[in-house]
Amino acid sequence: MSTADAPTRQPAPSGGAGDERLVHRSLARRLMSRPELGSVVGAIAVFVLFSLVAEPFLRPASLSTVLYASSTIGIMAVPVALLMIGGEFDLSAGVMVVSSALISSMFSYQMTANTWVGVGVSLLVTLAIGVLNGVLLTRTKLPSFVITLGTFFMLTGLNLGFTKLISGTVSTKSIADMEGFDSARAVFASHLTVGGVDIQITIVWWLVLVALATWILLRTRAGNWIFAVGGNADAARAVGVPVTRTRIGLYMGVAFAAWISGQHLLFSYDAIQSGDGVGNEFLYIIAAAVGGCLMTGGFGSAIGAAVGAFIFGMASKGIVYAQWNPDWYKFFLGAMLLLATLLNAWVRKRAEDKS
Amino acid sequence: MARVRRRGRVVGAVLAAVLGVSLAGCSSTGGKRAEEERAARTAGGKAAVHTPRWTFAMVTHSGDGDTFWDIVQNGAQQAAVKDNINFVYAHDKEAQRQSQLVQSYIDQKVDGLIVSLAKPDAMKDVVLKAEKAGIPVITVNSGAEESKAFGALTHIGQDETVAGEAVGEELTKRGKKKALCVLHEQGNVGHEQRCDGAAKTFKGEMQKLYVDGTNMPDVQASIESKLQADPDIDAVVTLGAPFAPTAVKAREQADSKAEIDTFDLNAQVASGLEDGSLGFAVDQQPYLQGYQAVDLLWLYKYNADMLGGGKPVLTGPQVITKQNAAALQEYTKRGTR
Repeated sequence: MSTADAPTRQPAPSGGAGDERLVHRSLARRLMSRPELGSVVGAIAVFVLFSLVAEPFLRPASLSTVLYASSTIGIMAVPVALLMIGGEFDLSAGVMVVSSALISSMFSYQMTANTWVGVGVSLLVTLAIGVLNGVLLTRTKLPSFVITLGTFFMLTGLNLGFTKLISGTVSTKSIADMEGFDSARAVFASHLTVGGVDIQITIVWWLVLVALATWILLRTRAGNWIFAVGGNADAARAVGVPVTRTRIGLYMGVAFAAWISGQHLLFSYDAIQSGDGVGNEFLYIIAAAVGGCLMTGGFGSAIGAAVGAFIFGMASKGIVYAQWNPDWYKFFLGAMLLLATLLNAWVRKRAEDKS
Repeated sequence: MARVRRRGRVVGAVLAAVLGVSLAGCSSTGGKRAEEERAARTAGGKAAVHTPRWTFAMVTHSGDGDTFWDIVQNGAQQAAVKDNINFVYAHDKEAQRQSQLVQSYIDQKVDGLIVSLAKPDAMKDVVLKAEKAGIPVITVNSGAEESKAFGALTHIGQDETVAGEAVGEELTKRGKKKALCVLHEQGNVGHEQRCDGAAKTFKGEMQKLYVDGTNMPDVQASIESKLQADPDIDAVVTLGAPFAPTAVKAREQADSKAEIDTFDLNAQVASGLEDGSLGFAVDQQPYLQGYQAVDLLWLYKYNADMLGGGKPVLTGPQVITKQNAAALQEYTKRGTR
């Protein structure tokens, strides 16, 4: 658990002039207390490992594939990290992505509407699911693990049930020939060619989200509230932090990212399988945890979650480039998670002992 | 301290007991020894050709630890040994990640690709990309309709609708009235086609039941409760071999008289057909799918040959009943059927 004093503010990355308590600390000390330090060390290690063992790994095309794989996890890992800093979980995040894609696709198809209408409706409905998660949590006082486990199962069932009911099959019908599809594809699923290398647009979305979340965390009042709520909700409430609003907002953040990811799925593949997405919520949590977010809340960073997602992307594709047997991939993933969190814990302890 | 010593003694005693039992209690049947004897009768060996050592990659939609795909891999590896091929394999049940895996093999500039198209829409772009990069692609198992449109050289597999129709005919022949089709992979179009095909040619009534194939106890409980709820069901069709013995267990628990039939084959199914606990199986010969895919890619690279004349090369359905199950017992045990 974090200390019960006023919300721990992260030192600002630029010189740290914002907070006089941190002025006298050396640069090394400041680095040591950054939540993402452990994951950066881990990322360098994984990168070096695969550069040595997998000859194609360092090719620009391969790195673009790795970045794309990282971005599909990373877009979701950002709000999930914020949520974890706020002390909560969302187990429905994985299937919510697919729900969002299904809603968008089926609404456009059934209403014969411009696909942008479906995209808009999907945003509203997905945000509503996020609000529902948040309201259930704050009203019932049950742990978020239980609440979102419930919504996870409900969404999984709704995905399949509605898709079968409306489309008659387990996947949606193609909307590629409908108006607005091309412009929506450009926004959610296009790729730019930079110097002969394909850069998927999701990578851009990912970086924008990371920057936005970092700004919120370190430069706004809302960011302080998130740290405060995750650190000690009662103390935060006592000093006037709007705890309920902050939590609901965090779940809406997850929903918003799920909407982006869902639209990406839809516009890159055109038809959506209703059974996908299950299990991915753990990947997002792993990425955030490897990136230094504490399971107990009150500590972490969006950059760390991005680095965590990058480690995940490198590992999952690096194994392929190295032509290793993929049977061991999950073991590798689990071991990496443990090592990264141990490293994080050790780094934190060192930082706390010295400050 | 005394407790620590005592614990050490207990551990020692347990270890000694385990060792003693395992040394004294040898089995004269089955086990590793029988497996080694079987291995001596398999087609091992070394390359039979002197073509360059090409790398062929296979990317499927299999989940982790899937028996069916294990047999496909066995076939592919067998052909790879013979054709002097470096064979690599990766899989992911999630469409998005499966396409990323294909992409990473394109990045590696492999000499040939073998892809399963269970989720064709998601694989389209990346398969076209492979062709643009000059990598020959063969599709296997699922995606017969899309294979040609995506520019693949050929498709090797079973037409799922045709296989389903074969099941429906067989059920009708056996005088069944009400059948249950158990789908263990939600979102798999091929599975839907199997059940729909069976429903088309089956004269009786056909119901669908969705179960979570990654969770066996759950599969058993679902079938069980369905059989209890509807005692009129006189046939259960599972879509994968591992689910047939589970359905047999569910039938016993539910005290039902339904005949269990299945798609695909494994050792348990072969012996189930033998002892009459299963009715029939429809096999699509997965070994052949892996073996032929690698072999055809080799032929294409070596001699620009291609089978199928622009039509899918079918590996099934092959209806297996009590009469012809005996011969397959041994083959299923060594993991090639």
